[in-house]
Amino acid sequence: MDKRAAFRSWWLPSLFALPQIILILLFFYWPAVAVLRWAFTLEPPFGGAAEFVGLANFQEVFADPLYWNSVGISLAFALCGTLSTIFIGLVLALAVDRQLPGSAPFRFLYILPYAIAGPAAGMAFRFILSPERGLMASVNAAFPDFWNPAKYGSHALILVIVVFAWKWAGYTFIFLLAGLQSVPRSLIEAAAMDGCGPIRRAVDIQIPLLAPTLFFLLVIMMTEGFVGADTYGIVARTTDGGPNHGTDVMVYRIVEEAFRGLNYSGASAQSLVLIGLIMVFTFIQFHFIERQVHYK
Amino acid sequence: MIQRTPFANALTYGVMIFGFLLLIGPFIVIVSGASQTFQQVNAIPFSFVPQDRLFENMGAAWSRASLGTAMLNSFVMASLVTVGKVALSALTAFAIVFFRTPLKGFFFWMVFITLMLPLEVRVVPTYAVAADLFQPIRLLISAITGFEISVDWNLLNSYAGLTLPLIATATGTFLYRQFYLTLPDELAEAARMDGSGAIRFFIDMLLPLSRTNMLALTTIMFVYGWNQYLWPLLMVTDPQYKTTMMSLVALLPADNGTPDWNVTLAGSLIIMLPPLIVVAVLQRWFVRGLVATEK
Repeated sequence: MDKRAAFRSWWLPSLFALPQIILILLFFYWPAVAVLRWAFTLEPPFGGAAEFVGLANFQEVFADPLYWNSVGISLAFALCGTLSTIFIGLVLALAVDRQLPGSAPFRFLYILPYAIAGPAAGMAFRFILSPERGLMASVNAAFPDFWNPAKYGSHALILVIVVFAWKWAGYTFIFLLAGLQSVPRSLIEAAAMDGCGPIRRAVDIQIPLLAPTLFFLLVIMMTEGFVGADTYGIVARTTDGGPNHGTDVMVYRIVEEAFRGLNYSGASAQSLVLIGLIMVFTFIQFHFIERQVHYK
Repeated sequence: MIQRTPFANALTYGVMIFGFLLLIGPFIVIVSGASQTFQQVNAIPFSFVPQDRLFENMGAAWSRASLGTAMLNSFVMASLVTVGKVALSALTAFAIVFFRTPLKGFFFWMVFITLMLPLEVRVVPTYAVAADLFQPIRLLISAITGFEISVDWNLLNSYAGLTLPLIATATGTFLYRQFYLTLPDELAEAARMDGSGAIRFFIDMLLPLSRTNMLALTTIMFVYGWNQYLWPLLMVTDPQYKTTMMSLVALLPADNGTPDWNVTLAGSLIIMLPPLIVVAVLQRWFVRGLVATEK
């Protein structure tokens, strides 16, 4: 990387990097330090001096059954959302990669849901999967109370996972299709000569070779599910965390706690736990990317 | 193809059509519902046949949620985030890749670490900074000199508040860095031989070469900026600055009101369109950009 360094100057690059550095210091590092500080102090919501309280905020957070509920909901949301986006993306990528006549437009169409904001998608899905109208109304008419996300937490959780999976499936599709296209054609042809059908080839050759991409997507989508920009919006505009805290994911709870409950210290302690989780994910990701680089 | 595989081919078409229904089906429901009358949209079973009321419903949604202001604000916000990201990323990556400076490693890590914490997890203190921008500076001054100064500036209800914190992450910087690293070493050498300085090289060589990158990042960032929900919700209290995502609430039928979902769906359709158009038009570059960020 160093050999490329063609120009010698210290003030010019500093000048170029300065705007970004200032923004990052103000809106990234300062808030990151503040989370750390607030998590260990009791910050009065209406001003006044903060008081150091050690681990008391964490004790309070961990003693709250609603907190553990939100941890479980978040895990279920991120895991189910991740697995369904990867599964849909993989199946579609395998199909499109065969390049049968007429498959080209699907490549383009599958990506479109990525453009839609989680909250906007969530609101549309409130109608599409509403118990009284839209697609599920006929099912509910035949089997009363079969589907009611406004009443049952588990149904509501399925609803927000569907919105998440819909929005992100095209994204995993792109990565997996790109991965499939880097599988050497000769390998596929050799297997075909040996009499391996397309399904055997997918299971025995293509999917194993996709393992690095699959793992990368697993980490990326788990992070997206836990803290992604869309997770809060999807939950807020689809189910409002309800019914009965059934879709109360961790990010939603932090925002509610801070801005509705004005409990900055508790929210910061919760943020810190979440940051720890992301760091674990990121660590795994880097570790893995390093290994992937080794392969090549 | 290499083999005759009628069964697998049929299965493949089946999967592709199922994928189409799964991913494009919701759009069809939204457009159909948005073009129907109140009675039609609430009918059981739901009819997928589009009717002729689309523009009337869109008009009703437009005035109910005062989408004019909101669309303009969202557009300004998404554009500023895009321009800011593209410009700052190109400059920072240039500084990191093409200069031999002791600060290089420092810049790199400083920027790199920001990939780890999205705005959502540090939203509370970031809000506090935006509400009182000079707090860090005041604290610094009083720590060093002992003087308390009283200047403050808050970014609530402003485009700066809506965009600056979103620009302060590293996503684009690494896209550019990856791209600069793939350029041959001789490029910069040749530029130097020709006697052109760093800035000249950046404007005349790097910028034109990185057009693909720029379009990829533009797509990603426009969608990201347009689709922001939580941050504008916190930043904006003045209706003059509200964004489309905030108008969603106004579009939702009230709990005890008439369920005029046709208007609601027409409104969400309007809000979905701009990023959808950007992705559809810039798709090719966007896909390249995504795959490039990974590797």
